[in-house]
Amino acid sequence: MAKVRTNIMVCTGTGCLANESEKVIRNLEVILKARGYAEEVQVIKTGCFGFCEQGPIVKIEPDNVFYVRVSPKDAKDIIDEHIIKGRRVERLLYVEPKQKEKINRQEDMPFYKKQLRVALRNCGLINPEDINEYIARGGYEALGRVTTEMTRDQVIEEVKKSGLRGRGGGGFPTGLKWEITKKQESDVKFIICNADEGDPGAFMDRSILEGDPHSVLEAMAIGGYAIGADKGIIYIRAEYPLAISRLNTALKQARELGLLGKNIFGTNFSFDIDLKYGAGAFVCGEETALINSCEGKRGEPNYKPPYPAEEGYWGHPTCVNNVETFANITPIIMRGAEWFASMGTEKSKGTKVFALAGKINNVGLVEVPMGITLREIIFDIGGGIPNGKKFKAVQTGGPSGGVITEEGLDTPIDYESLLERGSMMGSGGMIVMDEDDNMVNIAKFYLEFTMDEACGRCVPGRIGTRRIFEILQKITDGKATMADLDALKQLAYMVKDSSLCGLCQTAPNPVISTMKYFWDEYLAFIKDVDHPRGEGKYTAENKAEIKS
Amino acid sequence: MTVKTLDELRKIREEHLDRVRLREDGEAAGDKIEVLVGMSTCGIAAGARETVNRFVDLLAKERLDSVKVVPVGCIGYCHSEPTVQVNVPGQKPVIYGNVKENKVQEIVEKHIKGGKPVEALILHVDFKRP
Repeated sequence: MAKVRTNIMVCTGTGCLANESEKVIRNLEVILKARGYAEEVQVIKTGCFGFCEQGPIVKIEPDNVFYVRVSPKDAKDIIDEHIIKGRRVERLLYVEPKQKEKINRQEDMPFYKKQLRVALRNCGLINPEDINEYIARGGYEALGRVTTEMTRDQVIEEVKKSGLRGRGGGGFPTGLKWEITKKQESDVKFIICNADEGDPGAFMDRSILEGDPHSVLEAMAIGGYAIGADKGIIYIRAEYPLAISRLNTALKQARELGLLGKNIFGTNFSFDIDLKYGAGAFVCGEETALINSCEGKRGEPNYKPPYPAEEGYWGHPTCVNNVETFANITPIIMRGAEWFASMGTEKSKGTKVFALAGKINNVGLVEVPMGITLREIIFDIGGGIPNGKKFKAVQTGGPSGGVITEEGLDTPIDYESLLERGSMMGSGGMIVMDEDDNMVNIAKFYLEFTMDEACGRCVPGRIGTRRIFEILQKITDGKATMADLDALKQLAYMVKDSSLCGLCQTAPNPVISTMKYFWDEYLAFIKDVDHPRGEGKYTAENKAEIKS
Repeated sequence: MTVKTLDELRKIREEHLDRVRLREDGEAAGDKIEVLVGMSTCGIAAGARETVNRFVDLLAKERLDSVKVVPVGCIGYCHSEPTVQVNVPGQKPVIYGNVKENKVQEIVEKHIKGGKPVEALILHVDFKRP
C-alpha cells in the first residue's frame, strides 16, 4: 500500500458543518475512490480553523493551500485539478478584500499573520475524534511527566510562575486557585471544567472542545493531580451537541488507553471525568451557580465566602476552571513557565482567544498575544468594517462588558486595561458596531438578555435589571424625559453595587458605558431635552452636571 | 492496551507520527526542503504519480522529516516528464527531467541526503518566474 502523500483537511466545526462541510467530505471521499486515489490521499475531519466567515474551509497539506467557501460541488475540482494534477483551484482561494489579491498560504493571510496559537494549537490540525493524532502531536506527555516526575507542589509552582489567569472572565490567577484548593484538608476534592459558555457571540470554548477535546481532558487530569482530586466534571451546556459527542468519544478513547481511570502511568494517581449537562442558563457560568446546578439544584449563586475552593461540590473543596484556561495548561508544562510568561503584558501573560462578530469582515476566532491593540485585532486581523462604513465601537466581554470607542483602540489589551475603560475581558466575545448602530438599542439588547438570564435570587438582579430595561424601552419609544435618564443612571450604579453575583454586578455595564461615550444618542430620544427641570439645554459636554 | 509508562506513550506517538507529519510540514514553511513534482497530464502519463508516491515512501522510510513533497502543475518540459524540482532553502532550485520511479532513490540519496545534485538528470534551463 502506498503511503499517504496528501491530507485534505476539512473543517467540521459547527459553523462549517452548518455550511454543508459534511457533504464536502462525502463528495471528496467518493470522488477519490472513483479516481483510484483513496489510498494515497486522505480526507481528515478537523476542528475549527477560526475563519468561520469564509467556511467551509478546506486545507491541503503538505502543499499548504487554503481553500475557502468550498461547496459540495467544488469537491470534483479539488480532486481533479489539485490532487491529481497539482494545479491550484484559483476560484476557491481566499481573496484579500483590500488588495484584491489571491492568497493561497494560510500564514500569508492577514487574518492569520498576527495570530499566535497556543490554546487553539491543534484546532484545524488534527482529527479531534482520534486520540492517536493528539498523542502524535505530543499529547498526554505532559500528564505522563507530571504524574511520574513532578510533585504536586512543583506543578502548582509551574502554573503560578507562568502567570496564567482564568480565561472565563474574572482573570483570577489559576496557579493560586489550584494552590488554595490543594491546601484544603479533605479526602474528597473535585476539579470542574466550566464549559457553560453563555456570552452571546462567544464560541471559543465550543471550538476548543470540538477541535481538541483531549487538551482539556489532559489538563483536567493534571489539575486533579495537583490539587488532589480524583474526580473531574465537565459542566457543558446541552446546546453544544457536537462538543458533547466529541467529548464522549475522547473520554472513551482516553479510558481505553488507561490515560484516564485507575493508576494513571502506573502511579497511584487515579482520575476520571464525568459530563454534566447544563440547560443553558447564563448564570450557571458563575461558579457557585454552576456547582448548584451540578448538584441538581436550581442554578443560583451562593454568597461567597465560602469559596468553592473551601466548600464546593457537595461541600467538598472544588476548583472550577474555564475550558480555555485548561487548554493552556499542557503547553505550560511541556514548554515551561518562562516560555509562557514571555508572551503578553506585565500582569496578563500568554494569549487570549477572541470571537470576532458583528460588523466586521472576518467573523471568526482569533488567538493573539495579550497586549495587542484592539485596532490590530479589528482592522488587521478582522479586516475592518464591511461596506466602507465607519467604526463606531466594540463591545468586549459580552453583556458584562462595555463599549470601547475609537479613542480606546490603541490601548494594549489585558485584564486591567479593559477594566480601566469600563469594559472587561470576559470570555473574549468582541462585537463590532459601525456608524449605523444606535447605541441605546445596543444597550437595550444586552439588558434584555441579562434581564431574562438574571436568576432572581437577589432583588437588585431580579427587579433592577427589569426596571433598567423598561426605562431603556421607554427611551427608545421616545416617551422618556430627562428624569428618566437620571433614574436610569442611578439605577444602573445601584444594581452594579448591590447585586449578589457577577452576572448582575456587571449587567449595567453596557448602559453605563454607552451613557458615558454616547450621551448624545440618549438625548436624541428625549422629548423635553430643552427644559428638563428648568436646567437649560443638555449637550454631551455638560453631561457631568446632571448626575443625580 | 493501556499505557503504563511514558515510553509506551512515546511508542504510540512514533507509530502515528507519519499521519500528522504531512500537516506539520505544511505549517512549517521556510526551512524545509521542497520536492515539487509536475503533475500535468503528460507528467501523469509518463509516471509522475508513481514518482510522487515513491518519494513519499522513501522519505518516510528514511525518516527525513525536513523534506516535503508537493504535487504541482505543469512546468512545461513535456519532453522530459516526469519533472521534479528540488528546492533546498538558500540554494538555486534544481530541475530534474525523466524522473521515473526508479530514479527517485538516487535523488534522495545523493541530493537530499548528500547535498550533491544528480548531474545526469538535471535539466539545464533557466527561466525567471514573475
